[in-house]
Amino acid sequence: MATTGRALLILALACSLYGIGACLAGARLGVTGRGAAWAASGRRAVWVLAGLLTLAFAILEIAFLRSDFSFAIVASHSSLTTPTFYKATAAWSSQEGSLLLWVWLLSVWSSVALITVGRRLKEIAPIATAVLLAFSVFFLGLLVFAAQPFAQLAAAASDGTGLNPLLRHPSMMFHPPMLYSGYTLFAVPFAFAVGALVTRQVGAEWIRATRRFALAAWFFLGIGILLGARWSYTELGWGGYWGWDAVENASLLPWLTGTAFIHSIMVQEKRGMLKVWNASLVLTTGILAIMGTFLVRSGILDSIHAFGASTLGAPFLILLGLMIGGSVYLVVSRRASLRTDYRLESLVSREAIFLVQNLVLAGLAFAIWWGTFFPLISEALTGTRHSLGPPWFDRYTVPFALLLVLLAGVGPLLAWRRATWASARRSLAVPVGIGVATLVLLVVGTDAGRKPLALIMFGLAAVVLGGVAQELVRGTRARRAMSGEAPPAALLSLVRRNRRRYGGYTVHAGMALLFVGVAASSAFQHTSEVSLKPGQHTRIDGYTVTFVRPTAAVGSEKISLGAVLDLARGGHVTRLRTTRGFYPDTTLGPFQAPVSRFFTGEPTSEVGLQAGFTRDKWVDIDVSLGPLQRQLAFRDRQFQAATRVVRSPRQLTAFVDARNAVVGGLARTWVTHPWAANFHLIVSPMVSWIWLGGIVVFLGGLLALWPAPRGAPRRAAAGYRARLGRELADVASARTAGT
Amino acid sequence: MDPARKRTLRLGVALTAALLLAGALIYTSFTASTEAKTPSELAASALPGRSYELTGRVAAGSVHQEGRTLLFSVQDRKGSASVPVSYTGEVPDPFRVGREVIVQVRREGDRFVGAPDSLTTKCPSKFKAAPPKAY
Repeated sequence: MATTGRALLILALACSLYGIGACLAGARLGVTGRGAAWAASGRRAVWVLAGLLTLAFAILEIAFLRSDFSFAIVASHSSLTTPTFYKATAAWSSQEGSLLLWVWLLSVWSSVALITVGRRLKEIAPIATAVLLAFSVFFLGLLVFAAQPFAQLAAAASDGTGLNPLLRHPSMMFHPPMLYSGYTLFAVPFAFAVGALVTRQVGAEWIRATRRFALAAWFFLGIGILLGARWSYTELGWGGYWGWDAVENASLLPWLTGTAFIHSIMVQEKRGMLKVWNASLVLTTGILAIMGTFLVRSGILDSIHAFGASTLGAPFLILLGLMIGGSVYLVVSRRASLRTDYRLESLVSREAIFLVQNLVLAGLAFAIWWGTFFPLISEALTGTRHSLGPPWFDRYTVPFALLLVLLAGVGPLLAWRRATWASARRSLAVPVGIGVATLVLLVVGTDAGRKPLALIMFGLAAVVLGGVAQELVRGTRARRAMSGEAPPAALLSLVRRNRRRYGGYTVHAGMALLFVGVAASSAFQHTSEVSLKPGQHTRIDGYTVTFVRPTAAVGSEKISLGAVLDLARGGHVTRLRTTRGFYPDTTLGPFQAPVSRFFTGEPTSEVGLQAGFTRDKWVDIDVSLGPLQRQLAFRDRQFQAATRVVRSPRQLTAFVDARNAVVGGLARTWVTHPWAANFHLIVSPMVSWIWLGGIVVFLGGLLALWPAPRGAPRRAAAGYRARLGRELADVASARTAGT
Repeated sequence: MDPARKRTLRLGVALTAALLLAGALIYTSFTASTEAKTPSELAASALPGRSYELTGRVAAGSVHQEGRTLLFSVQDRKGSASVPVSYTGEVPDPFRVGREVIVQVRREGDRFVGAPDSLTTKCPSKFKAAPPKAY
């Protein structure tokens, strides 16, 4: 099987190289005759590539599911006791498997892109296909020559080391495919932008054709980032969801520039403006997507997420250099074709707000990029490496985030081209009124006033939510007036017919909820680190926390030492259970450290969490094994001596039974003679709003991605004409009043 | 105002804002940053009271708990030079001997004191697992 896998990768590499040649020949010979035939052949090469890589990935998956420990990657990332779900997802926990996942997803999304838009953009598509295949060549080159997923062990292991326990979390298993889908989907608009620039077909056609891919990339990357945050919060035992780590930032950067892009392309579609900006933005997003993958594998920055001792940095650096150099050359050399005759007519217009929002997003992305790469920048400038911590990032991201939420509230309510002050006032009065009322209520009724930035965020989020609600009510009313439908039916029909628009509004509402959650949980969090024995208690945010009793459980996979705690406030008691799981050290030989090995593998926390709409109560235990050390050392010596007399299978069974009894007894010491354990306690308001906001963003993204029903564009255009008519009437009446 | 002048004014405002942002970024990043050091560099040149970002591996046999304080040594990734660290605060689950860690420290006498809750360890998805033994 491994040989077949390797052969498939080599075939895929050859197929990609052929496809590039065919596409370039097609581009050179023109869109008809032989040129068209070569281009079609290049397109088919992408489909063949997707087929080959699907087979290769399937072979790797089968190897994991069958626990085929002749594969080095399976032996080092799975085991016989790994649950089936995690066996299936363990493939991408390794460098080699994750690279194969990357190129497989790229081939699949490239195929989908070429099926849906390849035939429409006859001149651009061959170049775009060649670019997509060039990415495949790069990653397949790594898989064939450097990081081989089908490498075999000289002698098959009887069992593997198992999947890291901390990765046994559903969020973590979906997080990489989501991130990689985002990264690879961004390659599609990048490739078509290159195609458009090379062929000088720089109108809005390539944007219209690939807009959905940019949106899908943004959607998947966002979901991936949020899943990573959720995993961090519930599994890693530090209680946070974002640490401003270099690799976390690297995933956020293309998402930010992607957000700017999916807004600014609307300006090019509707007004023919921002061509240079859009081309630059999509090329930058593509480069940042590769940079994210590069950072994880280069080791150039000290990141908790970087693969150790990776040798893949240099090839990635070459690829990035080519992408940056090529992009700059294309934009500069095509600047005449990208020039537009249209100008921004008014600062009170939707495109002006989109432009400002784009600048804010670009500024935010630049600040995060600067902070992330500051160790390298400072080393180049001063000779010593300096790094920046979370407070520095917070200093810049908070004001930028406030501005973005403000613009998300105002932008969609203004008309394209030029809004009159009267129409702007009419559109903004209710949302701004809701925002101000929210601020007043919070200042009067709560202690939110002691954190002004969080308070402003709450007010601005209320403006966004008020604006979205107002648009829904207005649209539903207009729909009812036209069709006479009942309100729910009118609302559904309105949304169904304008999915892109209302999907966007839903995303804005979700982001407002998410920002409220981030602001509240960052500003008003209470945290405490305490050492408690059973029966002792401590206080946090008005709660009395009592360590009720210790718990111990010995399972086939791990030993769990934990605690039951009661959190009491105002007569209400919440019971939380937290455990520390100790996995056996699978790197030791079968008779090395026969007893202590069960306590010295990878530890993992099971957090005690009660999530609520208003606040989360979160607790994590750290049980020190110090008091057991003497016993563990004694038992290790005792059982090591016993191994010398084990001769028959029967004696081995007796040995294992006796050792298991001792291990169980040692674990239960924690219950019978408990010692003090360290607890990390957090009471954090509105964390659930982050996940709730994420779900709303997810639904909004799905709505925007869903194809519109037939005929809807015509009706949407009619609606737009009606609105334009109303605004022109406003202008006319304002002029009449002026004269 | 004539449109050309208006555009120039807007460009001027935008460029000024960009320059201000760039200036603020450069100034604050140099004033708020922490010097990153390996254990051998820190042992040779650390000044008392100054904060450093220490990166390296947790040295074998160096991890001890004293109440809520964790004592361990951080070793060069390639090499044997190490410095002792005492740390109080949240210890990430993946912390263990041999693992790569990053921690903010200050020199106090012969020991380096970690800033509370500043200890981070390599993300578990990026461990290079040791090859399993064939038995």
